[in-house]
Amino acid sequence: MTQRADISGGTAATADGTAKRRQWMSVLARASADEISARLEGCGTLPDCQILRGPETGLVMVRGRAGGGGAPFNLGEMTVTRCTLRTPEGTVGHAYIAGRDKDAARLAALVDALMQDSAKAKVLQARVIAPLAAAQRARREAIARKAAATKVQFFTMSSMRT
Amino acid sequence: MSDAIAIPGFADPVADSQRAFRAVLDAMARPGRIADLGEGLRAPAPLDPATAAVALMLADQETTVALDGALRDAAPWLSFHAGVTLVDDPTRAQFVIASICPDLGSLDAGTDEQPETSATLILQVPGFGAGPGYRLSGPGLENPAILHVQGLPDGFAAAWQANHARYPRGIDVILCVGNRVAALPRSVSVEQL
Amino acid sequence: MAYVAVKGGERAIDNAHAWLAEQRRGDTGVPEIAPRQIAEQLGRAVDRAMAEGAIYDRGLGALAVKQAQGDLIEAAFLLRAYRTTLPRFAYSLPLDTGAMHVARRISATFKDLPGGQVLGPTYDYTHRLLDFTLEQEASPPAAAETETDLAPMPRVQDILAQEGLIEPDALPGADDPGKPPADLTREPLSFPAGRDARLQALARADEGFVLAMGYSTQRGYGGSHPFAGEIRMGEVAIEIEPPELGFAIDIGDITLTECQMVNQFAGSKTVPPQFTRGYGLAFGHCERKAMAMALADRAMRAAELGEDVTAPAQNIEFMLYHCDNIEATGFVEHLKLPHYVDFQSELENVRRMRAEHEAAAQATRKAAE
Repeated sequence: MTQRADISGGTAATADGTAKRRQWMSVLARASADEISARLEGCGTLPDCQILRGPETGLVMVRGRAGGGGAPFNLGEMTVTRCTLRTPEGTVGHAYIAGRDKDAARLAALVDALMQDSAKAKVLQARVIAPLAAAQRARREAIARKAAATKVQFFTMSSMRT
Repeated sequence: MSDAIAIPGFADPVADSQRAFRAVLDAMARPGRIADLGEGLRAPAPLDPATAAVALMLADQETTVALDGALRDAAPWLSFHAGVTLVDDPTRAQFVIASICPDLGSLDAGTDEQPETSATLILQVPGFGAGPGYRLSGPGLENPAILHVQGLPDGFAAAWQANHARYPRGIDVILCVGNRVAALPRSVSVEQL
Repeated sequence: MAYVAVKGGERAIDNAHAWLAEQRRGDTGVPEIAPRQIAEQLGRAVDRAMAEGAIYDRGLGALAVKQAQGDLIEAAFLLRAYRTTLPRFAYSLPLDTGAMHVARRISATFKDLPGGQVLGPTYDYTHRLLDFTLEQEASPPAAAETETDLAPMPRVQDILAQEGLIEPDALPGADDPGKPPADLTREPLSFPAGRDARLQALARADEGFVLAMGYSTQRGYGGSHPFAGEIRMGEVAIEIEPPELGFAIDIGDITLTECQMVNQFAGSKTVPPQFTRGYGLAFGHCERKAMAMALADRAMRAAELGEDVTAPAQNIEFMLYHCDNIEATGFVEHLKLPHYVDFQSELENVRRMRAEHEAAAQATRKAAE
């Protein structure tokens, strides 16, 4: 019954394109404005984009599942900031990122738009997305290593068994 | 397709929607009075700026909206900027945005317990000040007001009176032309001159 | 209940607010605390404000804690008020706690579960001795690290499920798109309340209330012998599917604590004896809340499982009407508002009854003479 308008920005129509775009959007969603703008330095002049929506802060209602895998329920809300802009060439970039950082949302939308241009994507992937992803992975791995250090190594007291 | 959203929404979503809300509130409180929404919003064809502003201001992610056939081209813009859920069936919509007046009796009139859940019709018409005249009376009007509207169907006054008779249930109508709005709350009685 | 419209007192109120602000700042000779410090160093307070305020945002949580001078119910109240000013953009896809980046994960039912017992940053084995070294500024040594892979840890329930010994998770029709889950922020509580509404209410409920009610089930008021099947805490990615994109995107991580309580169930005419479960999930690192929530969830399933409903924790209306500390505080604290007219009429009532009482007593005395 509901109609869905195709306003995704256009280029990520293939499954492979969508997977790649999801990946860079997820990296951008976890980066601060300072981190993105520091990485964008040295990527040439950035285009003057037309803001189509936002950056604006709102809420996402987070849903869990009863029992972990059952019927969905509304757990509570989280803040999210979104932005949509258009490059002079007409590419539309979107961003939805947790929190209230409007600059980060604007920069993430900008990078999302530029990443859809295959001529620019290679440089941006190397200079922006890959280093941000590496930093995020390193942070996650550090937590995993600390957690692993608190893993209990059980041993059986053999004297008590006999 | 991305051209559909190339037209921005409110430049200042908070201040602009408050201004639009104030104008619609005044129009509702004083049926027949024409309120000016001011310049500022570029509306996507075929919506008039007032129609677009009222839709952006009232509808959101939580509301269902039906667009009539003639206005269907505005669907991507509305769903992008207001986040609305578009439905095909106007009888199931909380906001019906139309350029041709639908059968008022078919829209959701709410319930006696919850009359506020009724549908609001945002009706884009060709003009005010010309066309058939209607005499409005009821709450908010010390003396009857006269409103001339182009584009309402023949027999509108009779259909309206049937809507009015269902009070507290019933449809409210916001008439939009260019940058201007007038309103017909369900409490008002309408008689064609 | 009636209130008297009273005018005046504006200057008194302004001055009271000014004093409050001064008192909040405290001795200006002591450095002022920044929300960032609260977020970093009083993280559990922020977690509780976020869970009960029902909005996840560490910065807002820290600000609310600062503004409320550490009064966490007041902080949750500030957050609930703030969230009403924001539009809702989307609902997330149901999150997957199985894919959690686990910082802590323990089970009291299986010692050697895949992935192991990961203690994480816990108070469990501290001796609860006040640490006076914290009176001075100090940098603790870095936490130990051990190489590991990042494989997600399977849930304990899946181990029992393999044998069919535990009730299944996903009941048929669980994901009915025509019936979105209940949402207490949109529709007021109504009864009978489904498990979706109950879990939402418990997730934002007062920790103290849920703790006390969970505790009551252990002490015999509706007990069903729980085991902590699994507790896990860590970061989970949140996904939404914006209509303008048409595919799901990841918007970032939030920290959650989840608890699966495993309870014995004697079975019924249609269901063989098996384990049933209570479920707890809440924002932040809040193990006590998640565990108590799981006990309360299981207790409220009594009627559904054909058990006798005898205890307060099994009474869904009692639980849901009293678990929210914002509602509770509103009703309790409203008693300090002017009730002058109410009380005046009570006063007259009592005077009249006393006069009647006195007259009756006199009549009795006369009759006895």
